[in-house]
Amino acid sequence: MSRNRASRGFAGLPAAACSLALAGLLAGLLAGTPACGAADYPDVTPADRVQLPTDAGAHPAYHTEWWYVTGWLETAAHAPLGFQVTFFRTRPRPADGNPSAFAAEAVLIAHAALSDPGRGRLRHDQRIARAGFGVAAAATGRTDVRLRDWSLVEAGGGLEARIAAADFRLALSLVPTGPALLNGRGGYSQKGPAPTSASLYYSLPQLKVTGTVGRDGRSEAVTGRAWLDHEWSSAYLDAAAVGWDWVGLNLDDGGALMAFRIRDAAGGARYAGGTVRRADGSIEVLAPSEVEFRPGRRWRSPRTLTEYPVEWQLRAGGRVLALAPLLDDQESDSRATTGAIYWEGAVTASAGGARVGQGYLELTGYGARLELR
Amino acid sequence: MAGRTAALALTVFAAQLRDRPVRFLVAILAIAVGIALAAGVYLVNESALSEFARASRELAGEADLVARGPREGFREELFARLAAEPGVQVASPVLELDAALAGGGSLPVVGLDPLAAGAVQPALYGELAGQFVALLAPDAIALSAPAAAALGLSPGGTLLVRVGAGERRLRVVAVLPESAYGRRLGVMDIASAQWTLDALGRLTRIDLRLAPGTDPAAFAARLALPAGVALAPPRSTEARVANLTRAYRVNLDMLALVALLTGAFLVFASQTLGVLRRVPQFALLRALGVTRRALLGAVVLEGAAVGTAGGALGTLAGLALARAMLAALGGDLGAGYFEGAAVPVAAPPVVLAAFVLLGIATAVAGAWLPARRAARIAPALALKPGAAAAGEPGRRLAVLALGLALLGVAAAFGPPLAGLPVFGYAAIALLLFAAVALVPTVAGAALGVLRARRPVAALALAQLRGTLSESSVSLAAIVVSFSLMVAMATMVHSFRDSLEGWLNEVLPADLYFRVDPPGDTAFVTGETGAALARLPGIARLELRRTVAVALAPDQPLVAVIGRPLADAPLPVIARAAGPAPGLPPLWASEAMRDLYGYAPGEVVTLPLGGEARRFWVAAIWRDYAHAGGAVAIERATLEALLGERRYTDGSVWLGPGVAAAAVVAAARPLLGGGVAFLESTALKRRSLAAFDRAFAITYALEAFAVAIGLLGVALAFASQALARRAEFGMLRHLGLRRRDVLAMLAREGALLGTLGAGYGLLVGLGLSTVLVYVVNRQSFHWSLGFVVPAGSLALAAAALVAAAAVTALVAGRFATAPAVTRAVREDW
Repeated sequence: MSRNRASRGFAGLPAAACSLALAGLLAGLLAGTPACGAADYPDVTPADRVQLPTDAGAHPAYHTEWWYVTGWLETAAHAPLGFQVTFFRTRPRPADGNPSAFAAEAVLIAHAALSDPGRGRLRHDQRIARAGFGVAAAATGRTDVRLRDWSLVEAGGGLEARIAAADFRLALSLVPTGPALLNGRGGYSQKGPAPTSASLYYSLPQLKVTGTVGRDGRSEAVTGRAWLDHEWSSAYLDAAAVGWDWVGLNLDDGGALMAFRIRDAAGGARYAGGTVRRADGSIEVLAPSEVEFRPGRRWRSPRTLTEYPVEWQLRAGGRVLALAPLLDDQESDSRATTGAIYWEGAVTASAGGARVGQGYLELTGYGARLELR
Repeated sequence: MAGRTAALALTVFAAQLRDRPVRFLVAILAIAVGIALAAGVYLVNESALSEFARASRELAGEADLVARGPREGFREELFARLAAEPGVQVASPVLELDAALAGGGSLPVVGLDPLAAGAVQPALYGELAGQFVALLAPDAIALSAPAAAALGLSPGGTLLVRVGAGERRLRVVAVLPESAYGRRLGVMDIASAQWTLDALGRLTRIDLRLAPGTDPAAFAARLALPAGVALAPPRSTEARVANLTRAYRVNLDMLALVALLTGAFLVFASQTLGVLRRVPQFALLRALGVTRRALLGAVVLEGAAVGTAGGALGTLAGLALARAMLAALGGDLGAGYFEGAAVPVAAPPVVLAAFVLLGIATAVAGAWLPARRAARIAPALALKPGAAAAGEPGRRLAVLALGLALLGVAAAFGPPLAGLPVFGYAAIALLLFAAVALVPTVAGAALGVLRARRPVAALALAQLRGTLSESSVSLAAIVVSFSLMVAMATMVHSFRDSLEGWLNEVLPADLYFRVDPPGDTAFVTGETGAALARLPGIARLELRRTVAVALAPDQPLVAVIGRPLADAPLPVIARAAGPAPGLPPLWASEAMRDLYGYAPGEVVTLPLGGEARRFWVAAIWRDYAHAGGAVAIERATLEALLGERRYTDGSVWLGPGVAAAAVVAAARPLLGGGVAFLESTALKRRSLAAFDRAFAITYALEAFAVAIGLLGVALAFASQALARRAEFGMLRHLGLRRRDVLAMLAREGALLGTLGAGYGLLVGLGLSTVLVYVVNRQSFHWSLGFVVPAGSLALAAAALVAAAAVTALVAGRFATAPAVTRAVREDW
């Protein structure tokens, strides 16, 4: 990929549920200046590879890690919905030998959002807690992250996501339909010109979703397709970057496409990349030059007056895809908290006028430069 | 009608103001002093309490429920349990410790998880947010603005804290803005606080935010918590602070009201004299057609005018007084309850207005009886010269006095109401009123018995007899102020004397030491204690450990003292009859009996080490040290229950001929700098000094009461002397020299002073028995011996007599100074 921790970290913060305090804390956490220097956290190097199934679990030594599920759902009445469930793990400080059971070896953050065209806006909520005492935990060796009564846990060959947010509930079963997609070189995903500016990163595209969505006091059965990203790193986003664009698409032919670009102050691409899995299962790793994001129609947020290109033309390898949003207003304003305003939402991809897939698009750094440090 | 009354009042008032400005000024001052004291004490109390409520809200934030335990806290496993409980949205673990500072004093430290606390107190942790990662360092601390100012620290500074017998260095990573915490405290990460301050595994509080729709009361009711831990709304913490200081506050309020009462009486005296002297004028007004009601209204309005001026002046003075008291003594007026809290004065306009009204009401009440007297004047009779001094029979008043006294005595036997000696105060008021009502009877009887041989003395006696009504008013003013002074002096003296005796009893050793500064982090280890016992020169060593437990969420913590109980030097006042039932013995302080119903021979449970432990109450002992209650148990028992050997203080008996300084010098290397030694004499002296400091405000109120009383006496003499200018003229005509007239006046004053002092002393001693045996007992839950400070009372009485004589003399000088013949002509 290349959403490094910062991209997801900031982009993922929904505004309404976020108190000032919480956000400031998140900013501190995710800005993540390791107090004792980066040497206390392991670097991701070009020789590193993702090893599954072990790497599905947490990597407590690294500074930041996330499990990020996005996808499209459909109710029995064929109404489309977008959803996003994210668990972050961060290690705010290198171990200092504190024997206290409260020692903050890990802090977990979770957020969830529901894109509901009938409502015209996102519903979102978020949580934060230090690991321990059964309040929050990220297990090693297997996918098992929990934050109070929110969880994303491996079960019966798939994953179970349970979210009880302030104004919606999700109980979703996510079953893989193919092998994991290792991004970059065997999971080593470079994020900037420097080789250690990188993460270890794999995706589970084409997850078959069944479950229920609860909102406004009623619960409905849903089905759909989703995408899981799991990524960990200790490195920083390049200082020259102001934001990034990212997309993950489940293609209708059974393939999958992930592409990103990191933008510099002039709006150009500082770095880019992507991974494509064709319907036959063959993998194509996209070099920076093979990815191009060309903005189309813009939408201006009535709340923040920020303009986002909500329609795009994406060139990824030999493909040229048009991206269109499920609804325009999928903006999260967290200026009052992290200071970030971003857009993260469900999109449809088409080629030559015909739909070819569905997925999620993330746009950051449009209102103001995304301050990572 | 009202208009005419007002116009009349204005005329009468203006005339008085012109002729007798001093009388008005004194009456206004009397009301002002009473109001100033009442308002000052009230504002200080309210400011302190609202400050505490605010501080406790700052700490507990928007928590729905707070789990609290003993001061030592409880095991952190409870946090895991509560956090997992259905219905809990966020559980925020807190460790509150008083960290002993190496530089002296202590600093309250709150260890918390900012991530969880943020959900409970968003406002505060907004300030902490940017510092979250920095705060995670084991030696990191954030200071509140008042703490940073008091310690002279800024971010980057270091703070040395005593932990155990050693020291830890803390790094100040942030200073929270004034808006975050108004109190002196430090904030640390919960893990750092547990590790750095040696409290691993311990919490003292868990704040809970419940999921919407969860009923806090029902939630709290269905949980089974460890012994000694209670789950209650945050408000109960405020109630605990309020309860701790309530008796003290009410006592101060009452003393201020006594001052106000004296002020009211002064208005009464002043108005009565004013009416008596103006009888001819009032009679003339009545004869000219002014109705009784108009006259009544005029005199009452005159009182109201005095009250308005006095009330306004007093309220302003009270505000200034409150500011000064808070700045100088702190929120508890030096009683030591609210240490370290900087308290701003909270003075809502409504409260200030109420005090002005109270001044008016007081003055009107004081003016009511004189006004009625003025209204009842029969015009024809009163217009005759010489009718002004016509006395009023005291028989009806004597009957009233008897009734009031009976009621007062009955009230003294009443139980406390809501923990306050309401009936005790009622008894004091009733007895005081009875004493005042009895003044004419007593004065009549006393003057009737007296005989005088020399002519001047005979004249003085005759004069007093002849003007019994006026003399009674002066006398009553003396009696009220002096008896209250006697009562308070006797109460305070009894308390001090009992405390001194108690100190001698409970401090039999030569040398004492305790962890200093006291806090939750410093202690003497078991090994150090053992090494200490082996030092040469120590004949006997007693080590003690004190912990504090909560027996009720809204009551102050109870001290549990672990000490050898065999021949413990505790003043036992009751022992259990019969043999011990095989349970560890417990000695309970008097407060335990009053607050929790502990009785000798009973089996009680105490939450220790997280479990309810059973004890047998072997004895009740007198304790002046812990108003919230204390129990003593065998140290070995406490150590076994807590699973640790730590000591907080101890006593040393020196071997024969061993110097205390030598033992201290030998012990120093073992104990380090965090322990203070005191010889028993110094400790006693220090304890009594602390007592005197706590009662300083009481002394101040007492001095005010006496000052008001003397003002009253001076006023009475002055107005009488002026009124008697005609009489003086007569006496001069009859051949008395001015010297003789003045001597007569001085004798009158001395006679009245002696009478007032004697009667006031009797009444005061009666009132002090109520204060000692009822008010103090019910307020503070400890018994006092009754000791009369005979010397100082005799001195005060002598001073009063002298002051009365001198005042009468000075007043007489003024009255006899103008041309006597003119004075005679004027009135005859």
